[in-house]
Amino acid sequence: MRRGVLIAVPYLWLLALFLIPFAVVFKISLSDVALAIPPYTPTLKDGLGAMLSQLDFENFVFLTEDDLYWKAYLSSLQIAFFSTVMTLAVGYPMAYAMARAPEAWRPTLLMLVILPFWTSFLIRVYAWVGILSGEGFLNQFLLWLGVIDTPLTILNTNIAVYIGIVYTYLPFMILPIYSALDRLDGSLIEAAEDLGCSRIKAFWLVTIPLSRNGIIAGCFLVFIPALGEFVIPSLLGGSGTLMIGKVLFEEFFSNRDWPVASAVAVILLFILIIPLVLFQRNQQRQTEAET
Amino acid sequence: MAETVFAPWNDPDETPLIRFKNVTKSFGDFTAIDDLTLDIYAREFFALLGPSGCGKTTLMRMLAGFETPTTGVIELDGQNIAGVPANKRAVNMMFQSYALFPHLSVWDNIAFGLRRETSEKDRIAARVEEMLKLTRLEKFARRKPHQISGGQRQRVALARSLAKAPKLLLLDEPLGALDAKLREATQFELMDIQEKTGTTFVIVTHDQEEAMTVASRVAVMDEGRVMQVATPPDIYEAPNSAYVADFIGDVTLIDGVARASSAGASSAQPDAVVTERKPQPNELGEWLHDKILSPVLGEREPAPQPDAAPQEVAHDGIAIDWAEGQAPLIATEGDPALDGQSVKLALRPEKLSISKDKPDAVNAFQGKVIDIAYLGNLSTYHVELAGGQMIKAQIANTRRISRRDITWEDTVWVSWSGTAGVVLTQ
Repeated sequence: MRRGVLIAVPYLWLLALFLIPFAVVFKISLSDVALAIPPYTPTLKDGLGAMLSQLDFENFVFLTEDDLYWKAYLSSLQIAFFSTVMTLAVGYPMAYAMARAPEAWRPTLLMLVILPFWTSFLIRVYAWVGILSGEGFLNQFLLWLGVIDTPLTILNTNIAVYIGIVYTYLPFMILPIYSALDRLDGSLIEAAEDLGCSRIKAFWLVTIPLSRNGIIAGCFLVFIPALGEFVIPSLLGGSGTLMIGKVLFEEFFSNRDWPVASAVAVILLFILIIPLVLFQRNQQRQTEAET
Repeated sequence: MAETVFAPWNDPDETPLIRFKNVTKSFGDFTAIDDLTLDIYAREFFALLGPSGCGKTTLMRMLAGFETPTTGVIELDGQNIAGVPANKRAVNMMFQSYALFPHLSVWDNIAFGLRRETSEKDRIAARVEEMLKLTRLEKFARRKPHQISGGQRQRVALARSLAKAPKLLLLDEPLGALDAKLREATQFELMDIQEKTGTTFVIVTHDQEEAMTVASRVAVMDEGRVMQVATPPDIYEAPNSAYVADFIGDVTLIDGVARASSAGASSAQPDAVVTERKPQPNELGEWLHDKILSPVLGEREPAPQPDAAPQEVAHDGIAIDWAEGQAPLIATEGDPALDGQSVKLALRPEKLSISKDKPDAVNAFQGKVIDIAYLGNLSTYHVELAGGQMIKAQIANTRRISRRDITWEDTVWVSWSGTAGVVLTQ
C-alpha cells in the first residue's frame, strides 16, 4: 500500500506536468488556426465529438511542404552537434586538470565551475553581447593589441551562437567527465605504463575508455538542450542563424499560429526522444557495470 | 642425490641482478630511503618486510620506474636504470589493488602488455593461453574483472604481470586483499609459479609470516634502512638486532651486562650429551642375565644413568648479569669479547620450557604465571620472574585444556638451554 503511494507520486507528477500538457499541445497541433481566443479551432466548447471529428494532420503536412522547417531542424541538429563537439574539446581538458589537481584545490575548482549558475542565464548571455559586439570588449582588446585594424564581426553570426552554447553548457560537460575521472584509480595508469605504454598511449587506452560514460553523459546533457535552444540564437545569432527554437517562438508569438507551432514542438520532441533513450541506456549500463 | 642449495648470495662469483648502491630517496624533508645498499640475485624470491612507512614500497616503486632515487645508483643486470622510464624496463609489477583494467576482459588484460611489444596475433594468443593455464583461469578468459572473485582477480593480476616474461617481477602486498585461508593457499601457488617460471620475484609485505613462507631471503626494513638481510631461518634464529628480533615473531628481550664466562662458571650440564642409546633389558631379562647367563657372557655393561649428577663444566660463551641477586643468564654462543658491555638476550617463547618442579637446565628461574594466551594449538604463558622481569614461554597444547596443570598465579620454573638465547648488542 505504502509502496504503491510512493510509486504513484512520480507517475502523477509526470502525468500532470508532462503527459497532460503534451496531450494539449498535440491536440492544438491537429487544430486549425482561427482569429479567436484561444487562436485555434475546434475547442472543447464545440463538444467532444465535434472537436475530435474536426482534427486533422494538415499542419504536419504543411511542415513538410515549406522547406523552412526541415532546414531549421537540420541546422539545429548541426549547431547542436558541433557545439557539443566543441564543448567536449574544451571541457575534457578542464575536467582532466581538475581531477589531477591537488586534493585541497578540488572543491574550489568545482565551485568555480558551478559559480556561473548563481547569475541569471539571461544576464550571462547579454554579457556576451557586450563582449562580442563591434565596440565590445573583445574587439577593443584586439585593436589595442594591434592584432586587428577593423573590428571583427562576431555578434549576430553562427560563431557567436557556438560561443554562447559552449559557454553556457560547459559545466554540464565538465561535471560528469570530472566525476568519471575522479573515480579513476591512478594505479591503472601506472599499470598501463608498467606494461609498456607511453603516457599518451596510456591516456588513449585507459583514461579515455574509462571516462567514456562521463563523456557520453556530458555530450547528451549538452546536445539535448542545445537542440531546442532559443535564447542564445535569438540574442547572439543573426538573421542567418536558423534554429528550430527560434522558429517555434516566431510561430507562437509573431504569427500567432499556435497549431503550426505545436506541430513543430511535437516533431522536436520526437527528435529529442532518440538521444534521450540513448542517454538513458548509457546511464543504465553504467549502473550495471558498477554493481 | 643431494640437491644444490640455492644460495647465490654466498657465492662470490655470482653477480647480482639488482644492485642498490647508496640509494637515498627524499620527499621534501622526509627521507623515505636512507643510504641503502642491497643486492638481489637472479631467481631469488626476495621479500621486503617492514612496518608501514618503512620505505619498502618506495624501494619497489624505484625498481618499477615510478620514482627516481635522489642520490645513488640502482643497477639492473649491470646497467644503471635511473634514466629508463617505466614502460621501457624489463620489470613488471603486480599492484596491491591489482589495477586490472575494468573495461577489458581477463584475456585482454593479460594480452595488454604483449600488444605493446608485438603485433603478431598468434604469438600473443599463445602466450595468453599459456598464462591462463599457469594461473588456472582458462574458464574465466572472457569475463570482465568485476565478474570474478578476489582470488581470481589476484591471479589475473599475476598472469598479466608475468605475461611479458620480465626479468624481475615486483609484487606489492599481493595477498593483502585475500582472506587468511586463501592467502595461505596462494602463497604456495606463488612459490610454485616462481619456481616454474624462474623469474626473480621481489615481494613487499608487512606480514612476516608471508615473508617467511615464500621468500628465499628477507630484508627487514625500518625507517628507510635495511636492518638485516638473511634467509628466513637465519632472520628468525639469528637476528642481528633487537629490532629484527622483536619485529619477527614473538620474543622476550632481557637487558643485562655480559661477563666472559670463565669468571662465572656455574654448575651446568653440557648442552647436548650425546649418548649412544642401547636397548636395555627389562626386569625379567636382567634376572635371567644375572642369574644364568653372566657366567657365560661375562659382566653386563651398566646402563647409562639418565640423571647423572650435574658436571662442573666451564661452559663457553658469556653470562649475563641481569638482576640483583639473581643467577646470571648463560648464553653459550655469546662472544666472550662482549665482556663488560650491556647486551640484550633475545628469547623465543617456544624455546623455553615451563614446569612446576625445578628442571635441570643451564638457565632456570622461578616465577609466577600472570597471563595465559590460549591459541588453540599453543599456549603462551606470561611469567613474572623475581624482580619483575616478564618472560614469555610457549607450550604446545598436547593435552586437553581441562587437564592443564599450570594455571594463573601458579609458581613455576621457566628454563632454557644455553644455546636458546641470542645475544644482541643493538
